[in-house]
Formats: sequence, structure tokens, C-alpha cells
Amino acid sequence: MKPFLLYAIQDFDWVQPEPWNEKALTQDLDLAAILDAMSKGDPHLRDIAARVILTGLDDPAEIRYRQDVLRDCLAHPSVIRELYDFILETVAGEKKIHTFAFMRSSSAILGRSIKVLEFMQERLRALRIVAESNAEVFFSAGFQALFHTLTEELGEEYLKAVADHLTRLRFRCGVLLSAQLGVGNHGRDYVLRDPGPDPSRWKRFTQDFFTPAHTLVIDDRDEAGAQALAELKDRGINQAANALAQSTDHVVSFFRMLAAELGFYIGCVNLHEKLSSKQTEFCFPVPEPVGQMDLTTEGLCDASLMLRLGHRVVGNDIHASGKHLVVITGANQGGKSTLLRGIGLALLMMQSGMFVTATYFRANVSTGIFTHYKREEDTTMTSGKLDEELGRMSGIVDRLRPGGTVLFNESFAATNEREGSEIARQIVQALTDSSIRVFLVTHLFDLASGLHEEHQDTALFLRADRQDDGHRTFRIIEGAPLPTSYGIDLYNEVFTPHAAGAPSALLTGA
Amino acid sequence: MHMSCISVLFAQASDTPAAVQPEPSFFVDLNLDQVVAGLTAGRTEYQLKEYYRAPLPDAPAIRYRQQVFQDLERSDLRDRMKDFTDEMTHTRQRLKLATELRHTYQRERWQLAAATGYRDAVESLAVDLGRADLRSPGLVSFRRFLIDYTAGEAFRGLSTDTDLCDGELAGIQYCLQITGNRIHVTPYQGQADYGAAVQDTFARFKQGVVKDYRVAFPRYPEMNHIEAGVLDLVAEIYPDQFAALDRFSTNHSDFLHPSIARFDRELQFYLAYLDYIEPMKQAGLSFCYPVVDEHRKDVRAEATFDIALARKLTVTHPGTVVCNDLSLTGSERIIVISGPNNGGKTTFARTFGQLHYLAELGVPIPGRAARLFLFDQLFTHFEQAEAPETLRGKLQDDLFRIHTILDSATERSIIIMNELFTSTTLHDAVFLGTKIIQAVVELDLLCVYVTFVDELAALGDTTVSMVSTVEPHNPTTRTHKIIRRPADGNAHAIAIAERFGLTYPRLKERLTS
Repeated sequence: MKPFLLYAIQDFDWVQPEPWNEKALTQDLDLAAILDAMSKGDPHLRDIAARVILTGLDDPAEIRYRQDVLRDCLAHPSVIRELYDFILETVAGEKKIHTFAFMRSSSAILGRSIKVLEFMQERLRALRIVAESNAEVFFSAGFQALFHTLTEELGEEYLKAVADHLTRLRFRCGVLLSAQLGVGNHGRDYVLRDPGPDPSRWKRFTQDFFTPAHTLVIDDRDEAGAQALAELKDRGINQAANALAQSTDHVVSFFRMLAAELGFYIGCVNLHEKLSSKQTEFCFPVPEPVGQMDLTTEGLCDASLMLRLGHRVVGNDIHASGKHLVVITGANQGGKSTLLRGIGLALLMMQSGMFVTATYFRANVSTGIFTHYKREEDTTMTSGKLDEELGRMSGIVDRLRPGGTVLFNESFAATNEREGSEIARQIVQALTDSSIRVFLVTHLFDLASGLHEEHQDTALFLRADRQDDGHRTFRIIEGAPLPTSYGIDLYNEVFTPHAAGAPSALLTGA
Repeated sequence: MHMSCISVLFAQASDTPAAVQPEPSFFVDLNLDQVVAGLTAGRTEYQLKEYYRAPLPDAPAIRYRQQVFQDLERSDLRDRMKDFTDEMTHTRQRLKLATELRHTYQRERWQLAAATGYRDAVESLAVDLGRADLRSPGLVSFRRFLIDYTAGEAFRGLSTDTDLCDGELAGIQYCLQITGNRIHVTPYQGQADYGAAVQDTFARFKQGVVKDYRVAFPRYPEMNHIEAGVLDLVAEIYPDQFAALDRFSTNHSDFLHPSIARFDRELQFYLAYLDYIEPMKQAGLSFCYPVVDEHRKDVRAEATFDIALARKLTVTHPGTVVCNDLSLTGSERIIVISGPNNGGKTTFARTFGQLHYLAELGVPIPGRAARLFLFDQLFTHFEQAEAPETLRGKLQDDLFRIHTILDSATERSIIIMNELFTSTTLHDAVFLGTKIIQAVVELDLLCVYVTFVDELAALGDTTVSMVSTVEPHNPTTRTHKIIRRPADGNAHAIAIAERFGLTYPRLKERLTS
């Protein structure tokens, strides 16, 4: 019995190590804002969300599987939340049942397992009832399968059988073991036996006045005898105690897995609620297979920016179908980085099976998403800035596979424009020739115009919009690179007070 | 040959030592006590010492053992024999438990187990020996005995009975109903495995690998009174099987054939020695089977060495064992060894003694090839601490001892003398030494005489001079090589000065400390 909410046929591996570029991705794409909204302060949920988002899927079918599950959750948020809380309570309840540190005897192990399973009986029943009540209104393959499993496997007959075992395992009528003769005629291969359908036969043996033949009676004062007897019993129930304890572990493990997988969707529901309050547009993206270069979106907004600002932001359209390369140039603080981040986040979220903050989004999946952003000067002064950038780039190349995506933000600008452009040009060329998709934000005119000349058909050129009076609209439109990024405007703004326009927007925009 | 006379150590039963001899007086001088200690370490139960104190009387007896060694040195056979002795050890351990434990049915079960192990060991040994390429009369006749024994009525009877009894007991399966403070014992009647049923019920929850909660129970040979009580009740329920066990115990109270026990013990003699020399062989030292002549006193050994020293050095300073050659041909009888101290003279003298003694035990000896003499007695005269209670000075003591030796020695004896007459002037030492050598020459026995008195080396045509050598460029470095060479007068003087610590390097050392 498995939850199978994140994958149709396998468990999510919660213990795999984090991806190599976890820190870079989190920082560059401002995942923190997303994770905060998803987890609402719960560190456990945060961890779950981070793991799922950073372990992307690369199969469109798997993505659709999750999207369907999420649709169900968004349609019935209160059911999901109740279910989640119920499961957490169950897990907490199991912890409360005392485990003695030195649980060395089989009887003690058996005893504890019985207690846990008695507690679990009711919880399992309740779980089944939730499944039965909601099977009609949850349409995703994931939930259908889960509810079906719960209904089938946790029926009343089964739960009665479980209860029956738990009663018998208390051995109120005594224990029946079989054994054979081993080394030195010691008993060996003790096996717990089923006494048969008529346990009342046993009752006779508990009566003091009746001692049948071949019975050993241990005197009340015989402590050593009592201990030996207990040990004999323990030998007999050893295997059964082990079986029950392991089964207990399995049941608890099932609840834990369900909690974790459901936790991801809870996070998504939280995120959805937070963003909805800002009149965000959502859509479920259309995933395309690896290799089919495509990014087509309308009204794409940067989710993390919205969470930080607390209100709607400008959406953008991109039509990059069949394009290996998207180059974004233009005015400072015109929204270029925001767009790049928006693209990166949307790709990540699509690959985790989530919704994206756009009115339409369609893209191919990547075998890996990498960011290469400029960083501060190396304070240890062990490498120059260019060294550091190239080092990081090399690390990315080590892990890139065909079908990957790299997002560059103002890379290789730490040297003169000509050199930087040449370095960048070679890297970009090599990546695109190797079926890697590249998104590039740059001020290097040499680079941008060179690429523009070479890649007219296979690249898309976007430019941050600027009105004649210097006002930024934060709209990124299609357009060839221009030699200037209008730094004049910014200079004016900072050094001379500006009456008209929205100065704060200039300074707070990307 | 009568069954009980089968021995792989002695060609004639009459050769078996009647009683344990005391340790020969020359053992300590020749470091043979160390060798025997090394051979018997970990094997005290076999009481091998008496074998090492009983040299064999003639060349055929020696040859008998050498041939067994040669058969065993073929590796498979040696390992196979080791396995057999291990199994015999287990049999004895089980028999021990069979006498020590309290409960009758425990004792009897251990006895059965001992018999089963014994039967298996003997049977498979018979099969393996039957297939082996054996050439020594010792092992060939043992094999004949073994095959006859295993085909015989007594053994087959034991075999059938153990299988029967084992089978009966293995077939018992009983139930314990434990209720409160009572245990009710009944025959097993096919009741289902309840643990499996529990496991089945919960199988649907199986996730992945989980912890193993099984408890490990300690095992003691002794039963507690509850187990014993249960066993008694089981015996009541299955009386036939336990009666069979009782019968077995009575009928086979003494199943171990004395020849097998004897073989097991005698085998240890061979295995112990082969184990002892193994590290030295691994280090590249040679061992050989000497020709031992009862009449001719021609003696020869190539690339030989002191076995006790080599055993030690192989561990502490591998690769440093020095081998030497020795020979006495025609009328030569006495080797006079002189030369610088610590040059290996005493070691060489010891080696001569060790070789002869070990040869008479029938074991392979150090060296690539050797021809030795079958001596009747071996005498050693090594330096001893003064014994105040004898009220004799050292010189007097030396003389007294040598007199005793010369009195008891025959022309078939060997005498090894190490540095006599050190407690006197050189002049007296020469005089006394000459007298002794003359006495030895008259007896015509084999002798090794280590001395600092060079003159003795050239006393007659029956003496041979051998000298311990030094590195030519570095005279203080000993090579430990002893070679035939006239005694070097110079070396003698240096030797004396050395003995008193008065050479230049030694003086420097002493004066600066």
C-alpha cells in the first residue's frame, strides 16, 4: 500500500541528496519567497516543498499526473487540509506510545506493537471512510488510485481480522509453541502455533484442580523457574513479535509517506491562496517533451516578486517556439531580471507539476535547470571575478546534459566588453549547438548584436521597454539590441530630483 | 600385524617408548628445549613430549617416519589430515560434555553427537585415503586398517545405530502449551504457523526495508531445570525414541577405536613439526631427509642452520639466517672451531648436535642435503654458571664434567664441547685442551670442539679446523659463516683481547661511556 501521489508507480525518494546547484537556484530564482508562502512557517513543509521543487520531473506524463492531483486539491482544499491534519495527528499519536529504551524481550516488543496497532485500527478505518466519501468527486488518477486502494485494502472484514489477531496475540489463554530437539537435546526452531478454532479447550488447563499428564508446574516461589518460563515463551513468540513489530513499522511508514506527499500539495494550495488574494492569473502549463524547443507564454508574472511586493505585477508575453536562445537586453531596471526569474520559476514549477502564474504557458521540459548569475567580488581575494564566473560555469558544464536549460544574468561582464562578449559568445554557441536552451540577460552590446546577426532564425531577441521620457513600463517586447541601456535616465533620477513619473518604481523595479 | 599395533610413528610396536623419559641433559645446551616447546605449543592434550625424547634405534625406523613425512608434505594430504584431527578434537569435546552435564538425556545426546561426528570423520578419511597416492609403509598399512575397520561389523553397527537414533530424534516435534505457570507438553499435531499468519495479514502494508526486531538468545550447554523438565516430559511422550537413545548410549559407550585415537595422536607429531618449519620454508630455507648411517662416520650437510635460531629470526629479522656447510670425510672425526667471538661458532656447534638428534627422530632437518651418523649417546659440555654448593672451582668443574663424559662415551657417541677451560691461563688451556683432544681421538668418536686455542686445531689428521669469518673490509662485522681453514693465530690474539673487551673500538666505547 503506497500513496503514489507524487509518482504513479514509485515512492518519492526523500533521502536523496540535494541537487548540486540547490543554493544557486534558490538564491537566483528567489525560491525563498515561494517556499515561505507554501510552508506558512512550518519548517517540515518547507523542507518537503523544497525537495520536490528541486527534484524536477522530465516526463510530461508524470507532470500531468501531478497537475491532476493538484487540481483535485485546489477544488477541495478543506478536505485535503482535514486529511493532512488527521494524518499528522496519527503519526504524533504513534510517537506517544512509549518505547522502552531497553526493549529487549520479545514480549515487550510484542506488547508495544499491539498497542500501536490498536491505536491504528481506528485511524485506518477513518482513512477508509474519507476515501469512500470522496471517491466520486476526486477525478485525478492519483486520488482515484489512492482512494481505491484504501477502500479495497481497509475494508471492515479486514479490520475485523486485524482486531482478532490483536486480541489473540495478548495470549489470554496462554501460548502454544512447537519445537524440535537440537544440539544436546535443547529445544530449537520454536514456532508460535495457532491452537485452532476452539480456544475454550484451553480454558480447562487454567483451572487449578485439573492438571493433565505431561504438565510441568512452576512453583510460585520459584523465581528462576519463572524466568526460565518467560524465556521459553519469548523464544516461541520471537518470530511473531518481529513480524508484528515490522508490520507496525510499515503501517506507520505508510502514514508518514502519505503525510509527506500530501504535504507538497498542501504547500501548493497555500501558495495558491496567497497569490489569489493578489488577483493573480494562474494556469496549468502544457509540458512538452525534452528536445522540442518551445517557450510560449502570455501574461507571465514573476511569482516571487508578487509575493514580496504584495500586489500584481506586469505580465509578459514570450513566443519562443523552436528557439534555442532568448536574449534579453534593454534599459536598466526595466524588468529584465524579473522576466528571467519569472521564466526560471515557471520552468521549475512546471517541472514539479505545479501551476504557474501566467494566463498561458507552454514549454518543453529540461533535463536540468541551471542559473549563472553575477555574484559579489570574492572577499577572500583568491580569484578574480572573471575567474570565479568561469569556475562556476565550468561546474555547470560538468553537470549539463543535452536537453538542459541555462539562465544567464549579466554574466562575464567583469572584464572589458570585447573580451566578455567573446567568452560569452563561445559559451552560448557551444551550448546551443549541444541542444541546451539558453536564456541570456546582458548589457554586452557586442555580444548581443553579434548573436543577433548570427542567430536571426533560431533566437528570440527581447528588450526592456522604455518610453521616450525615460519611464519604464516593465514590459519586455521583441526588439533588436540597442547600444545604450539608458543609464542617463537613472543618473538623472539619482542626481537630480524628478517630479513626474513613478520614481519609486524605477528604484524598486528589477 | 595385530590391529592394535597400527602405528604411523613406529615400524615395530616394540619401538614404542615404555615410559616417558626425562628431558635429555643436552636439550638445553642445544636449544632443543625451545624447539620442543615450539612444537608442543597449543597441543598439550596430545602429550607429544615423550616422542621427542625418544630417538629411534635404527635406520629403518627413521626411514619409516621420513616416508610418512614425505606423504604428508604433499599439501592436500596435510590439510586433509588437519581437518581430520580437528574433527577428532570436536569428538573429544563432545564426549567431555557427555560426562559433565547433569541431565541423562543431555549426556546421551552429546554422546550420540560425538559418535556421529566420529563416524563421519572416519568414514570420509577412509574414502579420501583410499583415493590418495600413498607411498609410505606407515600410511599404507594404516589405510589398510582403516578400510577393514570401516567395513567391519563394529563400525557399521555404530554407523547404522547413529543414523537410526539421530533420525528418530530429529523426527520429534512437540508442542508446549504455556498457560500461567504451567507447561503442558503434547505431540505436535500439524497446528498452523501463527506468526506466518500474522505476517500475511499485514503484508499489504509492506513499504521497504525495516529494522529486525528478533532477539538473540544465548546458548549454554547446561539446561535450566525448566528445560530439563520439559525434556523429561518429551521423553515420556516419545518413549520409543528415547529408549533407542538409552540403548545407543549403553551399546556404544566406548566407540572410539584405540587405533584411531592413536593415529590422531601420532598424526600430531607430524603436523606439529610441519607447522613448525613452515615459516622457515616460506622464507626460503631448505629442509631435507638425511641419510642416517649406522656404521660410517662420514658426515655431511649442505646449507644447514640452527633450527631454533632460524625459527626466531624468521619472525624478528627475516632474511638474516646464515647457512653453512659441514663435512667430515674418511678418518676425520673432530671439528675444531676457532675465531672471533660472536662469530657463530657456538651456533654451528649446536647445529651439529641438533641435526644428529633430529635425524634420529625421523623428521626433515635443516639443509639441502645431508648424511649423518646414527649415534648412541649425545654429550654436550657448554659453559655453566659456577655452582657454589659443589665446592669446586670452575676449572675443576669443567674437568669433572668432561671426565664423566669421556667415561660414559663410546666410539658411537657424539660430544660437543663449547669453550672449555676459560677459567685458566692460555698455557694451561693449551695443555688441558690437548689432553682432551687426545682422549677424544682415541675414542674415535665424532666431536665438535669450540675453542679460542688455535693450536688444538692442528693436532692430528682426524681434526678439522673451521673458522668463523669476518667481513674483510669491516673486521668488526661477523658474517656468521664458518669455513674450513687453518686457525688464524692473529685471530686468536684478537679473539682473546675481544674476550676482555680490549680491542681498539671496544676500548673507545668503554672509555667514552
